[in-house]
Amino acid sequence: MGPQTGAAAPWRIEIFRKPEFDDPEGTHALAQIRALEKQHGQALGIEAVRLGRGFLLPGELDVDQVRRIIAELLADPVVDEAHTFEPGQAPVRERQRVLVARKPGVMDPVAQTLERSLAQLGLIPKDGPSLVQTFRAWELAGSATPAQLRALGQELFANEVIEDLHVGDESLHYGLPPERPRIGRVEVALRHLDDAGLLELSTSGQLYLNLAEMHCVRDHYQAQGREPSACELETIAQTWSEHCQHKTFRGNIDFEGEHIENLLKSTIAAATHEINHPMCVSVFHDNAGIIEFDPEVQGGMDVAFKVETHNHPSAIDPYGGAGTGIGGVIRDILGVGRGALPIANTDAFFVGPQDLPQERVPKGSLHPRRILQGVVAGVRDYGNRMGIPTVSGGVWFDERYVANPLVYAGTVGLIPRRFATKEVHAGDVILVVGGRTGRDGIHGATFSSVELDEDSEMVSAAAVQIGDPITEKKVAEALIQARDLDLFRAVTDCGAGGLSSAIGEMAEGHGAVVHLERVPLKYPGLTPDEIWISEAQERMVLAVDPAKLAECVAVFEAEDVEATALGTFNATGRLVLEYHGEVVGDMDLEFLHGGTPKPLRKATWTPPKIADPGAPALENPSQTLLDMLAQPGIASKEWIVRQYDHNVQGAAVIGPMSGVHHNAPSDGTVLHPLPESKRALALGSAANARYGRLDPEAMALAVIDEAMRNVVATYGDPGRTALLDNFSWGNCDKPENLGALVLAARGCYTAAKAFGTPFISGKDSLNNEYRVGDQTLSIPPTLYVSSISIIPSVNAVVTMAAKKANNLILLVGLTRPELGGSELHELLGLWGGKVPKPDLRYAKATFEKLHSVMKFKQVASCHDLSEGGLAVALAEMCLAGDLGAEIDLSVIDHDNFPEGYDANTTLLYSESPSRFLIEVEVGKKFHLQSKMSGIAATPIGRFLPREKGIKIKDHLGQPHVSVSLDQVRDAFTASH
Amino acid sequence: MSRPKALVLRSTGTNCQDETQRALARGGADAEILHTNRVIEDPSRLDPYSILVFAGGFSFGDDLGAGRVWGAQLRHALGDRLQRHLERGGLVLGVCNGFQVLMETGIFEPDKTPATRDMALYANASGHYECRWVHLKTLNTLCPWLTPGECFPVPMAHGEGRFVVRNLAAMETLAAARQLALAYTPPSGEGEPSYPDNPNGSMGHIAGVTDPSGRALGLMPHPERNLDPWNHPEAAWLGRRSEGEGARFYARMVEVAKAEA
Repeated sequence: MGPQTGAAAPWRIEIFRKPEFDDPEGTHALAQIRALEKQHGQALGIEAVRLGRGFLLPGELDVDQVRRIIAELLADPVVDEAHTFEPGQAPVRERQRVLVARKPGVMDPVAQTLERSLAQLGLIPKDGPSLVQTFRAWELAGSATPAQLRALGQELFANEVIEDLHVGDESLHYGLPPERPRIGRVEVALRHLDDAGLLELSTSGQLYLNLAEMHCVRDHYQAQGREPSACELETIAQTWSEHCQHKTFRGNIDFEGEHIENLLKSTIAAATHEINHPMCVSVFHDNAGIIEFDPEVQGGMDVAFKVETHNHPSAIDPYGGAGTGIGGVIRDILGVGRGALPIANTDAFFVGPQDLPQERVPKGSLHPRRILQGVVAGVRDYGNRMGIPTVSGGVWFDERYVANPLVYAGTVGLIPRRFATKEVHAGDVILVVGGRTGRDGIHGATFSSVELDEDSEMVSAAAVQIGDPITEKKVAEALIQARDLDLFRAVTDCGAGGLSSAIGEMAEGHGAVVHLERVPLKYPGLTPDEIWISEAQERMVLAVDPAKLAECVAVFEAEDVEATALGTFNATGRLVLEYHGEVVGDMDLEFLHGGTPKPLRKATWTPPKIADPGAPALENPSQTLLDMLAQPGIASKEWIVRQYDHNVQGAAVIGPMSGVHHNAPSDGTVLHPLPESKRALALGSAANARYGRLDPEAMALAVIDEAMRNVVATYGDPGRTALLDNFSWGNCDKPENLGALVLAARGCYTAAKAFGTPFISGKDSLNNEYRVGDQTLSIPPTLYVSSISIIPSVNAVVTMAAKKANNLILLVGLTRPELGGSELHELLGLWGGKVPKPDLRYAKATFEKLHSVMKFKQVASCHDLSEGGLAVALAEMCLAGDLGAEIDLSVIDHDNFPEGYDANTTLLYSESPSRFLIEVEVGKKFHLQSKMSGIAATPIGRFLPREKGIKIKDHLGQPHVSVSLDQVRDAFTASH
Repeated sequence: MSRPKALVLRSTGTNCQDETQRALARGGADAEILHTNRVIEDPSRLDPYSILVFAGGFSFGDDLGAGRVWGAQLRHALGDRLQRHLERGGLVLGVCNGFQVLMETGIFEPDKTPATRDMALYANASGHYECRWVHLKTLNTLCPWLTPGECFPVPMAHGEGRFVVRNLAAMETLAAARQLALAYTPPSGEGEPSYPDNPNGSMGHIAGVTDPSGRALGLMPHPERNLDPWNHPEAAWLGRRSEGEGARFYARMVEVAKAEA
């Protein structure tokens, strides 16, 4: 560490569990060590582990004050014991110790909470500099060597991007991050640079602008006859980043000779525009999409939905990255219109295989297991603390995500119709509310727009942000109160680019003057450009009528939220930044928002030429079914789901797990958010990158079909369903990647149009590549589609769990020989063939007719057929209902299957879209079939008592599969 | 007869106040929500209410341990005001984080100091937060709105809900004083629960306790998340229910407050 600010040596307190009470964190760590020993085939000789929660407190406190702090705030009198060390004293080491402490300047919410509490008790001055720090002290009993402990610490205890690891060393850094001299306006000499110089500046300044863009900037400042200030250049880089501008999606593309102007506008947005659905309230232009929920309640209640990607931060710090991902998308919902109340979170992860051998993990990357555990914990700790149920999502596994995992986070919010719009007026005060600004997250927007490499961990440490959910919770409480009192005219969140993008966006079409020295700081010494672009979390910007300013600030202060006026919006068309009276930036807003050059990019697509591996006859069909249930993509995700609060707010109708034993995966999840409305909301989502590698357009159709099936299966109205798109792609400067993007976007258009389901919001993350040496690893094209649907009556929702023995099982929809990219092929190590592709007209009719029979409560249960096809869906329904079943494949009508397609394998494992299994009482079958006329709804068997197990007869009526319910359950949960 | 007045108290990071208010209102109370900052400014604001409910959530992030900071605040700001509320015939409920906070205030052990208390709630045996449905059995309690012997389903969601006592003698004392009010049970209501029926490893499977009078109850699970029949994941198998079991829990509490008004 550099020179410290002269803080006196601190008190040091370590809180351990008393020996007579168990220490779950220690126990858990020991289990992880045992797992590592097994993996590495080497015993470390560690017998016990325990965790001490460590605190450094100001040395000025006297011993009575410290005792009081321990008793009141740090140690539980029943289960904890405190070890206290006077300033300058260090623990006497009886066991091996590994200490983990945050690097200076890295956000520490626990320290903040303690500091505020100490101030409240009058033990340290309020608003003083941060002099409380925390650390973790791991004590290990046994004979491991220091080198082994260091390796263990790196693998289990510390993330060295944000934390310091101490092995056999008790000296902890104490004090504030080193202060820098105050710097005012800094100019960047750019006007006379040649191409090489421009590119060098773009890279060394972490601007990540391409040459055409740098030319554009240079021309602009040449015309102005001056050099840009650092603040200006940073603002341009943030605003023009791929992350903020979607340059690829909005740019010009040459697709095999065909000119595409603005891919987004001509596909996804075009579908929404052409569908012109009356339920759409606000689409694409705000922080989230808004659709009508129930016009009869509270003067009209709408719902907002947004899904964000947070990929690069999660690769480097999975816990912090996923947490701030959730935090960011929650703020999108708080910042849509004049603010929506968050009611549900969703999350989806795409990670490498959990059992990947360490030697296949690329240099500089974390092991996929650590990434998944980190992102799950991050979502858990942020979402749960916000009091927002995490209700829906998924996990996908593929080695192609090993260096570049994908993390999607979504939030749904309720918003009264009268708050769905916002408008900044000249003269409005710029009010920043929420957390303080530090050096965290500098260059996040530009960083997330470039490929990662093996050094990313080091150079981008500053891009890591740590969330503080409790600050965000306070902001949310106060913001909704202020909204209901009409105390502000517009709001947006500080996301990528921080204040620069939030204020820059709000000032568009107006103008603004910002006084950067007024921004509340976590610690002194930030330069004005750091203040301006910091991505410190939990901040939002409001436009407030000066006449209401005092009242608005009072609402925030009553919730202990800082609210600070930074300047004023005006009508000058210029964004002016001042720092202690000096102008550090003065920009033309039109250039900032409209000046991005639109390059022409080439796109091509060559379908992979692979022989169709077909659908082989299975040697042991019963075992194959069990193996399929244990595939990581299909097997139970209960260990994740249970760590999320999925029923806070009391609105849960269908949670992520269904069934008698709550152990089977629901299709969609359902919420009943407004007690005075009988309507409910269904949420679904789908992705399949294996389809995407073979046929990006078919992937888009199939994924949208599945997102529709998710909600339709629960009684969501297919005529009142909206979609969200999230594209995560490899580097789109490569024509093949861009070609796949064009095809997938076109598929989105086609499916949305056919179903009449508008896209209301989306977000893309391109450049998901990882460079190690001269090799580039790219993710497969991954389109993640979320669906949100209105359920007409909460009383009529349908779950996927089989309900009663003797009820009939009907297969709805047609089965075709479509196993390209299927889960069965994945299991068998096969690759190629035809990707499942919906017949869109037939699919739409299927959804509508199924919905109409659900209205008459004809359907006892309904499960959509997705990965693993008919066989997996049937097993899941039985598992959920704790029932057996017998079905007969010979009764299923289908066209002749081609050569190489075994009929039984195809019928059981084809992933043809638009299909469902439904359960119907015997007496209701005829009525149901007549209502479903024109759609195949074939009785294929019936549910049976549990002890009968699952029996499947083959296409000749002979026994084919026979498994017990215990076998099904054990296979499905084996990885737990 | 007029509706009893109920106050739902929240703090920084509390997040179950809305459904708790809804539960009390459905049960027949006039229910309001108030931030404890306002109570700290003027403690007499508690006086008009016959029911005080400390709602669940993550007060101050539970950053220093569940309920620790809010509990310390209340100890200093309220002194013996909660005790006097009980003596006046008032009722107190703490749910989840509200239970953890009440534990810190010392309301359950009026004869002890914070340093000598016998009961604690701490990290789940699983080592992490957990959200699932469980069943509770009402023990031989003095709590006036619980019926001993009854068994009902309820959702739980917490990371630090493991009930422990300093030693076995303390457990016996609490049992003798009829302060052990609610226990986790297998769904049948019979026999010893193992994980996950006892979701956190609580000693004696205890999920809820009262003060010596029985008028202050704290419990880890969330009855206010089970107000409607469709909240229960097994609703389809439970036959016709007009409401969730949690609605009755709150309605009975309000009835007691009303009868004693």
